[in-house]
Amino acid sequence: MARLNVAWLKRLLPIIGLLVIWQAVAASHVTSAFLLPSVVTVAERVWSDIASGTLAGKVGLTLYRALAGFLIATVAGVTVGLSMSILPVVRWFFDPLISVGFPTPKIALLPIFMLWLGLGDETKIAMITFACFFAITTNAYAGALGVERAFIWSAQMLGASRRQILTDIILPAATPQILTGMQIALPVSLISTLVTEMIMGGGGLGGGLLEASRYADSPGVFAAIVEIAAAGAIVINVMFALRKRLLRWHEETQTRDQ
Amino acid sequence: MRPLTLEKHPVLGGIVRYSPLLLLAAAWEASSRLGLVNEYALPPLSTVLVAWFQFLKDPSFYYHAGMSLMRAATGLSLAIVLGVTLGISMASFRWVEATFGPIVQMFYPMPKSALIPLTILWFGLGHLSKIFLIFLGCLLPMTLSSFNGARGTDKVLLWSASSLGASRWNRIRDVVFPASLPSIMAGMRTALALAFVLFVSSELIIANEGLGYLIRMTGDGGQYPAMFAVVLTVVSMGFLADRLLIAITHRVLRWRA
Repeated sequence: MARLNVAWLKRLLPIIGLLVIWQAVAASHVTSAFLLPSVVTVAERVWSDIASGTLAGKVGLTLYRALAGFLIATVAGVTVGLSMSILPVVRWFFDPLISVGFPTPKIALLPIFMLWLGLGDETKIAMITFACFFAITTNAYAGALGVERAFIWSAQMLGASRRQILTDIILPAATPQILTGMQIALPVSLISTLVTEMIMGGGGLGGGLLEASRYADSPGVFAAIVEIAAAGAIVINVMFALRKRLLRWHEETQTRDQ
Repeated sequence: MRPLTLEKHPVLGGIVRYSPLLLLAAAWEASSRLGLVNEYALPPLSTVLVAWFQFLKDPSFYYHAGMSLMRAATGLSLAIVLGVTLGISMASFRWVEATFGPIVQMFYPMPKSALIPLTILWFGLGHLSKIFLIFLGCLLPMTLSSFNGARGTDKVLLWSASSLGASRWNRIRDVVFPASLPSIMAGMRTALALAFVLFVSSELIIANEGLGYLIRMTGDGGQYPAMFAVVLTVVSMGFLADRLLIAITHRVLRWRA
């Protein structure tokens, strides 16, 4: 334990160093307080956001939008990805759409979504779903293709139905790769949520950030960035822990733990 | 057997493969022409293409496209140079890893679009804010992919190089760098996609030029066919840039079996 703590402290040192440099530059009047507010000012702002409860409200709204889009995309992406592996028609239809859609900047379609669905949460969630869909689908498809054929043949020999093969063999075997897709899509959902909130308003962390920048409230901008970075780090680490837990049975987790 | 031979044909095979896209395009045109959807909400594809051809005759369109591409290319190139240098140094020198490792780790999960207002605060509405944003956003994936690639260098190769008298610098240049290239190229693909997302987002949010600005302006002005045409332009540019990078990657990594 003691050695672990020392290692931890060593990892923390550069971050403390960065904060010290930030504070020193801010105090030295090389820059103005507008361009670089001091660490203390920003920390005070973050603290007051926490104490007044505004932060909880913003985080809640942003996470609701991001996770709603992310989860719809996961259900849709896994369904399409697995179907592509067993139904040639689905593969024929989605393969070119995904190969074209995957590398393109989906966020450029936001004004079209706004035109169709208006300025509410539906538009934001639809945009986030669309942005996340491709990474999850491609990974689910690749995962399903990688399933060892012998497992499927054995199940067929034992009389499993197509449906059983899908839910009991292909889905669990593709889970590591599906989770990889989800791990790629999760940051995408956060980035898209922030951009939709900055463009369309409607509160949340992105809305608050743009508002602070419109009012030239630079401590507010810095505090919002710190809050967003913290929220992002927490969400992504929870996903990482979830992967470990869901894959307890898988060799990936077992070798890593040793 | 006939579909099989069709699929192997260089032109017809492509048409068969991409026929769902053609079907969607036809459905788009038909639903709008037949009045199934509002013509404002979804202008017919033919109208959008007409708007696009008009753009091709319009010098200001090239100006906006050039601005966006210049910003993305500058920010991305800077991020590649610095990210590869930093990543390989982190893998080669312990103190560099001890200094920058925790910082990279801390900022990596951060949603990069949160930096848009900060870069505007620092550099205003012009090029510099966008270039800096794209540079910062792409720097982390480039650093991490180079670090991971360099760290995975086969130790036996390094030992052999040392025993043949290679200096530290020679080992990095001739062994570590080529060994990390596959990982670097994979990181570049992530960074390229991110560069597109960041230039479009930042120009949509606030800018005075660029394709994102053009989308916003045509949309706000109710010129929906033009808006669809710019969106299609951005989407195809993203697709073509990705294809180009894949081609470059194949060429760069030709020496691998």
